[in-house]
Amino acid sequence: MAVSKPGTGVVTAAGAPAPAEATAPISPQGAPAAAPVGARRSEFLYFALRNWKFVAGLGVVLFLFALAIFGPMLTPYEPLEFSGPTDQAPSSDYWFGTTSFGQDVFSQFVHGLRATFLVGLVGGGIAWLIGATVGFTAGYRSGWLDDVLNMITNVVLVIPTLAILIIVAAYVNVHSYLTEAILVGLTSWPWAARAVRAQTFSLKTREFVDIARISGRRTRQIIAKEIAPNMSSYLLMMFILLFGGAILIGASLDFLGLGPSESMSLGLMMNNAFLSSALLLGSWWWFIPPGVGIIGIVGGLYVMNVGLDEIFNPKLREM
Amino acid sequence: MLEVDTCCKSYRTGAFGSGELLAVRDVSFAVSPGEVVSLIGESGSGKSTIGKMILRLVPTTRGSITFDGLDISGMSGRKLKEYYGDVQGVFQDPFSSYNPIFKASHVFTMLRKEYFAGLSSAEWNVKLERSLEAVSLNPGDVLNKYPHQLSGGQLQRMLIARALLLQIRLLVADEIISMLDASTRIDVLNLLGDLKGRGLGVLFITHDLSLGNYISERTMILRRGTIVEMGATEKVFGNPLHPYTKMLIASVPHLHKKWDQIEREVGASVREHVLREETTDEPADEDEGALPLRQVEQDHYVAL
Amino acid sequence: MSLRVDDLTVYYQSLRGDVKAVDGATFQIADGEIMGVAGESGCGKSTLGKSLIRFDARMRYVKGTVELDGRKLPVWDDSKMNPFRFKDVSIIPQYALSALNPTRQIGTMATELLRARRIEPDTVLPEFKRRLKLVGLNHDVLDRFPIELSGGMKQRVVMVLSSLLDPSLLIADEVTSALDVSTQRAVSELLVEFRDRGFVKSMIVITHDLSVLYQIADTILVMYAGKLAEKAPAETVVNSPRHPYTQLLLSSLPEVGVRYAEKRLSGIPGRPPPLIDPPTGCRFKTRCPLAFARCDEEPPFASLEPGHMAACWKAEKAEAA
Repeated sequence: MAVSKPGTGVVTAAGAPAPAEATAPISPQGAPAAAPVGARRSEFLYFALRNWKFVAGLGVVLFLFALAIFGPMLTPYEPLEFSGPTDQAPSSDYWFGTTSFGQDVFSQFVHGLRATFLVGLVGGGIAWLIGATVGFTAGYRSGWLDDVLNMITNVVLVIPTLAILIIVAAYVNVHSYLTEAILVGLTSWPWAARAVRAQTFSLKTREFVDIARISGRRTRQIIAKEIAPNMSSYLLMMFILLFGGAILIGASLDFLGLGPSESMSLGLMMNNAFLSSALLLGSWWWFIPPGVGIIGIVGGLYVMNVGLDEIFNPKLREM
Repeated sequence: MLEVDTCCKSYRTGAFGSGELLAVRDVSFAVSPGEVVSLIGESGSGKSTIGKMILRLVPTTRGSITFDGLDISGMSGRKLKEYYGDVQGVFQDPFSSYNPIFKASHVFTMLRKEYFAGLSSAEWNVKLERSLEAVSLNPGDVLNKYPHQLSGGQLQRMLIARALLLQIRLLVADEIISMLDASTRIDVLNLLGDLKGRGLGVLFITHDLSLGNYISERTMILRRGTIVEMGATEKVFGNPLHPYTKMLIASVPHLHKKWDQIEREVGASVREHVLREETTDEPADEDEGALPLRQVEQDHYVAL
Repeated sequence: MSLRVDDLTVYYQSLRGDVKAVDGATFQIADGEIMGVAGESGCGKSTLGKSLIRFDARMRYVKGTVELDGRKLPVWDDSKMNPFRFKDVSIIPQYALSALNPTRQIGTMATELLRARRIEPDTVLPEFKRRLKLVGLNHDVLDRFPIELSGGMKQRVVMVLSSLLDPSLLIADEVTSALDVSTQRAVSELLVEFRDRGFVKSMIVITHDLSVLYQIADTILVMYAGKLAEKAPAETVVNSPRHPYTQLLLSSLPEVGVRYAEKRLSGIPGRPPPLIDPPTGCRFKTRCPLAFARCDEEPPFASLEPGHMAACWKAEKAEAA
């Protein structure tokens, strides 16, 4: 083993399929992405299923996701349909009660979940793509390209996103959640770009990148095949954070009434509830479900992320 | 074969890149086939930078590097690939040289895709096994393992095998054994010696004078970016003339002589040098040009 | 003063079992002696050094006694060792250079360290400055940040700090490994000077570089795979070693003056055994050219002549290198 590497004292089975090779000092790898792929998957599952934060968070998110997909099939009512009596508390006909316009809250809830997930996935996904591309390029190719991308990143970072979105939304007349998702995605990528850039910087100095270069590999290949896979856990967690963030921004926009009005989302539900003084009227069934829904998805995602961090980073695991 | 001619490398420093740091200054030397040339320097001497310039990992600021007469700075695309078919490098940290998420054989498969795409699997395996055996490694022991399951010595030898696959003519060995244990160092060093016997030229970059003395035909002493003494190894070590060379030789711990005795033999004072180095923080600036090398005897040049 | 270590055994815990990093170490150091500990990576030399001061919480003390100046050191208990650290036993840890907080000035770091040890900085500051001067550092180094100092300067600051309270025993763990050859010599000689001036009584210098130890150590202890292989005065270890591992190790070191064309050196084939489940008997037997049937029984670390100990059945008959 190398002379100068410090040992990580408490050893986890850091992905070594052949136990006979263990010599001390113990494997020098302690960083999240250090274990090899094949053994990493089974090691991942082993630790994943034992991490309650990951399991609980994932459970909540998956449950709500299932509800988003299958929920609309469970309800006979359309979300905007004036189907019943107004301001009804939950009953067997209307599981979540009705709004002050006589709309079925449950139906609104499950359709709203769909819209919320859409905004999260598409918005988060776009932000992730832009952030990763900008980050990798700026981090790998230093020089003027890095300076330019850095400037763009900083500008977009500093712009008060919500203010811009409000202005844009007011003018562009957002018709669908897809448009909203795109808008959200286009403005929430800067921190991701910075994070990826920093990580790429440090990975770039590792000698295996030099070896790839003198093997004739080109820049794009090196980023895609050598650098990105080394950061895979980081990129996954970043996506989850962007996903959650996009949902929050989308919900904020909807709550302010700047989102699409032709369909329903959780934020819009809360907006309507607020405008109809649901709080004063005591119609708790109208605003509590969407609130819980948003908290559930975003909170579940973040808790899942904390769990993922522990799973990927052997040093954080409780022994 | 390889000719480095008044090469310079400068980096921009300071806010807005207004300052300039001259890492390598007017360095010229050549490497011939079947010859090991040592480039000896302490940290900050610029020796790794020179290695990287030769490997085209870092662009040259001034001066030229030619291989078989062709200037390498303009090369790109296919010409660059051809160049890498003749010149390869092995670096200091074996564990950093391998991407930890792939098996160790990944460094070979990269080459296969780029250079040997036309070979069938059988042909490729034969070629691979031959290279590994040439560096005294058992293919079964190393190919299917991950880097952290192998030792530093095995990893470095695999990197040499990788370079040999391409039938290179020049190897840039940048501190390749400094991270290995003493008992494996000598094996890797002997391997270089064997390869040299078969016509390979090696640029052996190191800070360890005893290793340079052991393996190389010619030696260059690098200090703060310039060559202060160069020539045939036995002449540089046997008759050191530059005060820096003398000081370096006097600092090497020997196994059978005490430091005081060597210092007297060589005529240098290490402690003074170290103290002086630290009180002058500023590196020599650009105006203070590098002293030219004068020939003092056959195959022995000193910058005095 | 003296240090007596008896059957010290320290393991590291891991998922797959205990890593037997140091197994049954027994030796003594006399007053004023500099003992070098040499060996390759994984042999346990760093663990040995750290276990004497219980520097690493991941270690698991198994058995053995450590006696310093006649007093037993509670090396099994982290908090009980606290009063001894820095005052009686001190360590310059490996990678101390890179462990200096980059956002703290040297002087600030020093005062924080002293306060953490319940020492009022003002009482020791003049002595600190005096010693810094002795090692060739200007007192304005206290106002500098680590990044402004060279490797050698940082190492010297750490050395002065570690020995500020005149400990009986100073453990220097790989203090010269990351340095240039000229700084390496300066720092090594400084270690001897500390002993000569009485800043420390005895010293344990841990390094993989045998030639540095030859230059500065009085005795050398060679370790292999967690066990002690040989201990003797430096001249003896280098000129007439008796343990096969020491002999092979010495013959694989290229000295200035030895050239490949004239004499091809050879290394030691094979690799050290895994420490999680080490083989019974002598741990070097798989790589040893002198191995025979009795090597399956572990050789004791026995005295061959006064001051020279080795753990090998053939040591009496082995030829000097």
